Amino acid sequence: MSHGEHASVLDDPQGPPHVHHMDPPTAYHAAKFGMWLFLATELLLFGVMFAAFAIFRWKYFEEFHKASKHLNWKLGAANTAVLLTSSYFAAMAVDHAQHGRNKKVLSSLLITIGCAVGFLVIKTIEYSEKYHHGYFPGGENFHEYKTFLPLYFCMTGIHALHVIIGMVLLGWVASLAAKNRFSERYYTPVEVGALYWHLVDLIWIYLFPLLYLVG
Amino acid sequence: MTAVSATATEGSNTNYINCERGIWSWLTTVDHKRIALMYLFTLTLFFFAGGIAALAVRTELAFPGGQIMSADTYNRWFTAHGVIMIFLFIVPGIPAVMGNFLLPLMIGAYDVAFPKLNLLSLYVYWLGSLMALVSLGIHPVDTGWTFYAPYSIKTGSAVVWMTGAAFVLGFSSILTGLNFIVTIHKLRCPGMTWLRLPVFVWALYATSAIQVLATPVVGMTLMLLIFERAFGVCVFNPTCGGDPVLYEHFFWFYSHPVVYIMVLPAFGVIGEILPVFSRKPLFGYKAVVISSVGIAAVGFVVWAHHMLVSGISDFSAQFFSIATFLVAIPTAVKVFNWVSTMYKGSISFSTPMLYAMSFVFLFMIAGTTGIYLAAVAVDVFYHDTYFVVAHFHYTIQGGAVIGLIAALHYWFPKMFGRMYNDLVSRVAWFLVMLGFNLTFLPQFVLGMQGMPRRYYDYLPQFANLHLASTIGAYINAFGYSLAILNLFWAMAFSKKLAPKNPYDALGLEWRTQSPPIKDNFDVIPTVDDGPYAYGKPVATSH
Amino acid sequence: MGHSTGSSGHSELGHIVPLKVYRTVLAILLVLTVITVAVAQFDFGNLNLVVAMVVASVKAALVALFFMHLKYENPITWLYAAIPVFLLGLLLGGVFIDDPFRISPEDAVVADLSAEKMGEHHESHH
Repeated sequence: MSHGEHASVLDDPQGPPHVHHMDPPTAYHAAKFGMWLFLATELLLFGVMFAAFAIFRWKYFEEFHKASKHLNWKLGAANTAVLLTSSYFAAMAVDHAQHGRNKKVLSSLLITIGCAVGFLVIKTIEYSEKYHHGYFPGGENFHEYKTFLPLYFCMTGIHALHVIIGMVLLGWVASLAAKNRFSERYYTPVEVGALYWHLVDLIWIYLFPLLYLVG
Repeated sequence: MTAVSATATEGSNTNYINCERGIWSWLTTVDHKRIALMYLFTLTLFFFAGGIAALAVRTELAFPGGQIMSADTYNRWFTAHGVIMIFLFIVPGIPAVMGNFLLPLMIGAYDVAFPKLNLLSLYVYWLGSLMALVSLGIHPVDTGWTFYAPYSIKTGSAVVWMTGAAFVLGFSSILTGLNFIVTIHKLRCPGMTWLRLPVFVWALYATSAIQVLATPVVGMTLMLLIFERAFGVCVFNPTCGGDPVLYEHFFWFYSHPVVYIMVLPAFGVIGEILPVFSRKPLFGYKAVVISSVGIAAVGFVVWAHHMLVSGISDFSAQFFSIATFLVAIPTAVKVFNWVSTMYKGSISFSTPMLYAMSFVFLFMIAGTTGIYLAAVAVDVFYHDTYFVVAHFHYTIQGGAVIGLIAALHYWFPKMFGRMYNDLVSRVAWFLVMLGFNLTFLPQFVLGMQGMPRRYYDYLPQFANLHLASTIGAYINAFGYSLAILNLFWAMAFSKKLAPKNPYDALGLEWRTQSPPIKDNFDVIPTVDDGPYAYGKPVATSH
Repeated sequence: MGHSTGSSGHSELGHIVPLKVYRTVLAILLVLTVITVAVAQFDFGNLNLVVAMVVASVKAALVALFFMHLKYENPITWLYAAIPVFLLGLLLGGVFIDDPFRISPEDAVVADLSAEKMGEHHESHH
């Protein structure tokens, strides 16, 4: 690790921020690895609810089947398409960052965030429809299908929370892109932010068929 | 803090303690060593708090009949004891203190992979601890540290604050584990191959993997419990179709592996201390490494042995019973390795060595009594009796806590650059051993005689053993207080400065100054051998 | 350490995936979604769940491998991506060998009564 090389990379306005104890490639790979570890924890977090859903579906097969029919699969499918598209644009953002195209990173991330907003709008429509029919927490029909609705709200609710967190995270990355912070030599936040976003998509890929279709 | 820095400069160079002054420099530090010390001070506080709760419980139990509290108050005291000792003290425990301090030193790095994340871990730990204190202040929880449904859904105590605290504390644990895993993968110095890592580092790795993989499960479980209380969602509440045993499955899926989070680092500590004071290489390094990883792995498959009499199916009871027998095997491998390390060694009975040898003895009792509990037919009688209480105190206190105290004594010269009073430390060790065994050996007998746990009163036939146990508890408390105060006194006032390497130990941490400089090393070192080459000519340099 | 050998780009850091790959993957994902919905309109019994989960897993694999670049990551990352799936399987397994195999209270009483009958029968032989 020659001292001269080190100095010039750190002086580069579009280079990595000064990390005293790691050279840039190590810092990049460490950050990515760290995010994968964090995604592992998220998988396990959601996994608990999937496990609960699985055992209760076995136990209350009839009720779960009936309850699932009450969900609007068209809205669910629309949300699936929205999230898949958002993932595509997040991947595009990384590609643009790898080529140092800060403006395109910004626009791709804004589209991703836009898709997220669309997702939340559709979700709100679904939730308010449930609310008006008393199928909401605290509502009179909430326990009509045993544990289906409680799990539905927990799973989609926590998922929606992660959508919001993802939006904030990507918004912050977008603000960095707006300041031209990224280049071929440094785009770690874009990659790491996109990884988090893809997880949000991954969870929904399983949520949708399980809750809306198969019930 | 300033008292420590003032005297540390006498006769010693600039180090991580005195390089910057003022409380703000500590609160905004990203130096893993300073973060370790802040964890140490907080953990010590909570150890004493949990200890006071223990003494409250044991005082009530000294004689039959109500003494100083009602049954309801008793429930809150033993819950407080469990919650504080587990979530606020021993789970962060060795990784937060010794792991943070030693890991970069042992692998030849300037710091951990994500120093700012490390500081965040500390803040999150403080936040979670505060939430726990709020809960204790508002309306202390009375469910036991296990928060079993459906009582935890119905009870009026501040369950949400406490389970919320545990959730937040879980985050701290996850972030620390994540940081350590990336650090060990990415920041080993040149020549530090995987099989040259100290066993303490391997222990931290296995522990960190469990922290990252198991904690989210209990996090979500406690979230669901909070939703049950706050929003009436139905997952564990049987009145609306939920399953309370499902809560137990989810809870114990983490809470069994968590005991390995507590004790694996202690295994690592013992693996560091025994070779040094036997002047012999660690016996069977590879076996120790494999068994560490093996314990972490198999530890995920045994959780329902906590539920053998909760109404699970016979089939699953049999499965989990057999799996639990299996997890004893890698632990036994370690015990053989430790004993073989000492065999024909040149033993010196320093205080760390006394604690380390005691650990082996106490953990033997812990592990063996665990085997009894793993047998379903036996557990039917022993579950929820004092036999279980004795077993887990032997593992957690006799194991993890003794490991932490051993580590603090062993690495004290490195951490603080001075020596503690040796005689006082030995007296304290003796009192801890006497007190601990007097507290808990009788409890095995009480359990066998049928004394149930979590009861504030009992039949007269149990009186003598309970009294003995209470006396032991006070001696134990006094011993720990003496040991800890001895160390804190030495931190602040000891004039005996420590050399770089007071025990002639191998391992990279002993190549640095005592206390180390802020960046640990002037230059990243290179290694060409493992850390246990005792007895070879190269090792005996002064 | 992740040096790219991709035809479209050469980066010191991460692998640069050809844009065509991203577009193709998105198309497949959307098609699979349509298939999932279509299959769900018919009643195939238990097969519905199997098909839905298999298709979802294919979609998840595509997102992970290509959008998340898992295909180009090192074995350790693969390990930590795979272990949660395995652990969840474990959790599911543990729950499913419990609940479905529990004896209901009624059946337990029947078992006790038969055992009593056996005992009486045995005693009468003495």
